[in-house]
Amino acid sequence: MSKSLLNPEFLVERDEDRCIKCQVCVRQCAFDCHSYDGDDDEVQSDSTSCAGCHRCASLCPTDAINVRRTPLEFRQNANWTADVQKAIYKQAETGGVMLTGMGSDRPYPIYWDHLVLNASQVTNPSIDPLREPMELRTYLGRKPEALKLNGNGRDVKLETQLKPQLKLEIPIMFSAMSYGSISYNACMSLARAARQIGTFWNTGEGGLHKDFYEFGPYTIVQCASGRFGVTSEYLHQGAAIEIKIGQGAKPGIGGHLPGEKVDEAISQTRMIPVGTDALSPAPHHDIYSIEDLRQLIYALKEATNYTKPVFVKIAAVHNVAAIASGIVRAGADVVCIDGIRGGTGAAPSIIRDNVGIPIELAIAAVDQRLREEGIRHEASLVAAGGFRNSADVAKAIALGADAVYIATSALVAMGCHVCQKCYTGRCNWGIATQDPYLVKRLNPDIGARRLSNLLRAWALEIKEILGGMGVNAIESLRGNRLHLRAVGLADTDMEILGVLPAGRAQ
Amino acid sequence: MIQKSGQRAIPLELREHIPSGCAVSGIMSESGQRFGGRMVADSIATMRFRANGLGGGFAGYGIYPQNRDHYALHLMYDNDSSKETTERLLGKTFRIWREEPIPTAHVQFIKNRPILWRYFVTPKDETKERYYDMTDDDIAIMTVMDINRSIEGAFVASSGKNMGVFKGVGYPEDIAAFYKIDEYQAHIWTSHGRFPTNTPGWWGGAHPFGLLNWTIVHNGEISSYGINRRYLEGFGYYCMLQTDTEAITYLFDLLVRRHRLPLDIACTALAAPFWSDIDRMPQGRKELLETIRITYGPALVNGPFSIIVGHSRGMIGLNDRVKLRPMVAARKGDLVFIASEEAAIRAVCPDPESVWPAEAGKPVVGQLRQDVSV
Amino acid sequence: MKRIYAKEDVCIGCRLCEVHCLVQHSKSRKIIKAFKEEFPRAMARVLVEELGKTSFALQCRHCDEALCVEACMTGAMYKDEKTGAVLHDADKCIGCWMCIMVCPAGAIQRDQRKEKIASKCDLCAGQEMPVCVANCPNEAIVFEER
Repeated sequence: MSKSLLNPEFLVERDEDRCIKCQVCVRQCAFDCHSYDGDDDEVQSDSTSCAGCHRCASLCPTDAINVRRTPLEFRQNANWTADVQKAIYKQAETGGVMLTGMGSDRPYPIYWDHLVLNASQVTNPSIDPLREPMELRTYLGRKPEALKLNGNGRDVKLETQLKPQLKLEIPIMFSAMSYGSISYNACMSLARAARQIGTFWNTGEGGLHKDFYEFGPYTIVQCASGRFGVTSEYLHQGAAIEIKIGQGAKPGIGGHLPGEKVDEAISQTRMIPVGTDALSPAPHHDIYSIEDLRQLIYALKEATNYTKPVFVKIAAVHNVAAIASGIVRAGADVVCIDGIRGGTGAAPSIIRDNVGIPIELAIAAVDQRLREEGIRHEASLVAAGGFRNSADVAKAIALGADAVYIATSALVAMGCHVCQKCYTGRCNWGIATQDPYLVKRLNPDIGARRLSNLLRAWALEIKEILGGMGVNAIESLRGNRLHLRAVGLADTDMEILGVLPAGRAQ
Repeated sequence: MIQKSGQRAIPLELREHIPSGCAVSGIMSESGQRFGGRMVADSIATMRFRANGLGGGFAGYGIYPQNRDHYALHLMYDNDSSKETTERLLGKTFRIWREEPIPTAHVQFIKNRPILWRYFVTPKDETKERYYDMTDDDIAIMTVMDINRSIEGAFVASSGKNMGVFKGVGYPEDIAAFYKIDEYQAHIWTSHGRFPTNTPGWWGGAHPFGLLNWTIVHNGEISSYGINRRYLEGFGYYCMLQTDTEAITYLFDLLVRRHRLPLDIACTALAAPFWSDIDRMPQGRKELLETIRITYGPALVNGPFSIIVGHSRGMIGLNDRVKLRPMVAARKGDLVFIASEEAAIRAVCPDPESVWPAEAGKPVVGQLRQDVSV
Repeated sequence: MKRIYAKEDVCIGCRLCEVHCLVQHSKSRKIIKAFKEEFPRAMARVLVEELGKTSFALQCRHCDEALCVEACMTGAMYKDEKTGAVLHDADKCIGCWMCIMVCPAGAIQRDQRKEKIASKCDLCAGQEMPVCVANCPNEAIVFEER
């Protein structure tokens, strides 16, 4: 077998003056980069499989470790970059589809960084969120176009019955991450934080482990193309049901859980044999058209007695607006759209990096289209795909989203360093792994606390943003594009986003 | 409206959103007793310093008793050709019972005057046949929207029955003199003095803003305007004037006339209580308010406002949910007063029976007695 | 009294508790100096016990009825009246190691760096929180009343 042409991606550097040979790094690296040589009484590093996850550097008590991108340089070539060449070496060696994890790292434009927010001055006082009420509460679900009431004054009676709604204390939820792609402890952290803050987490394709039934009222259960774990009991546990048609990281193809990550517990929850790859089919084999989707939506509603809202999640693709319109008319209570920067536990990198559209444009297009058709109230709009901070969230709401889903941010809050090696199952942070030795590294007490902290911090920041623009309820920012301006965008971008250029008042 | 160079320019109002500082005042008789416009003109004149001379206006209800069943359209035209185009449209859609210039007086301070005309109309039978799924009111609104949107240089100032809006660029007391307000008798009068931050002044931008029998005078700036406007577009209301006031008027028409909500519920939808207050209410009321907020989220009006809404049977004063603009109300006999300042009330009614400040988010309601018909 | 308790379901076996305990009981209390320049090196009083994938930090339990105190011939092992901690006076210790024999937790070690004495956890006397607890990256050791 010929030698691999692939050089290590990273170089591990050890400062010998600082290294005290405590061997914490040796014990902590799941990629076996560090070892202790007893004869030389030295800790040595082999950078070959270094994933750049920083576990060793973070835990080293003397900060003796540094990890750099490998300094081995290729001749400068704007077209045939080092990455492009390495990808070809890999494929020539394996003949396989290259897998990767997390969201696309390609330099597509990030529209959030070209949108700025308004603030009120003089003609309209800004509001102080620490001293005045500032409301972030959000209801997701189908809303009536008008209310029917009987009577007048104090005796007025409500005739209209609202369809089931999900009540969120903040417009942010945890996006679908399956038990299997992430660990039991990671799921526990998400579920606990969702309950503490008053929002929701999502089971993803992994089914719902029995230990999580207590979190049912804060859980969105997903029904994906593989129907893993979908039983009647499962449907009844959740507060809402999400039909996953697609996700932003890999539009058009199904979920992928490598066999290495399918242990006994996963096998039980997903109802598949231990060690088998869990490959979800590309489409739902009972949804080949919009009318088939309608059938499934109502089947789920029947199965749960119309007590739970039904979500439909799609990847943001070229005609996302038309698809969303169809989904709303098919009976969905909430439409979720996931942009090209959405994350994943495993996906072919060629799909992740080349298929789909940025979520900013998708939100604007879907919101506008539903309004033009007069059906915007029939479904709430949830957006996902790379929300990095509270400003991204506020801008998404201003463009028209009712709420956002975060996943990568949540993982980073729990310790993830976005090394993109989730599919190996050797996550050193205890997040994207099923190895019990590694899973222990994520203490759910700490995980839940960090997630709650993140959401709390973002909620406060959003309140500051709202107060600054003289708004004290999030529904007044929702879809209000006049509070956004574009900086450095082309005319067509601004037209699609429905946003004026900075400098124009109206 | 016409720039010095002689070129016709797009009014700043149509290019930019002009926020308003301002003064409002409203007086009505709950017994339906009509009175001249002098009282309300004096009231608004007291608050001269809240305005800056760039806008003033009045709305009177009950002023056209001889044409009480006809839509009284008040039109403003830049020039004869916009008048001709508009009259062609009016002639096609409506039977015109009477048409004439709106009488005005010579007032030095009122410049750049458009052509002011009024028409008393009802939809022709052919029109009603063609739009058989629309009411007369819907046809009237459709035509008003058409004129405002597509005929350049023409603007409909009011389109209600037995009422009218008189407005323009100038201090309200000068506008009152210009339109000879004291020669009209009405049982409800509202008025407005404007303080836009910078504008060459456009007559259409002054308040009151009217649609059918709704008029609004407004002191404030709506930070939710962007979404209120998009929400209204979904129901066929197009906000052409880039003023917040327009949006509020349409919201009332939508919620009260089309969705048939009681007026107090409509006010609640626009100035809803906080979730923290709703959570503490008794079950039935809590459910009602939750449902109102959930359904009418995009209609919530955020940002400071003090408005007086006029309609055929009364007027309503309403403040935003955190009361960032002033509003005072008073009663004497069957008269109800609502104004930005107490001084404006006392100037015309020195000894009211009761005076009180309006509460945040709770409407002050003046209503014609049940037995009174107009 | 507050004691140190281990949570083995979240102990990751990194042994940072051992490292920090050593530093706390070193002369310089500076980590690099303590490991590289102090001879003989200080001793950690906590030990991470490991079997397969399970591990946890083990140190003196500061028993209410301390067998080591009973067994100590010289009174070098004693119970602190105020804190309830079981402490060791090195000056009095003669290195008979009876304490090591009777300790039910196996938490005392032989200190043979100079004269023979015993070595064990002292709850980091003088610190608000024992350094092993403060430095555990996964909160697998806690200091609490139970």
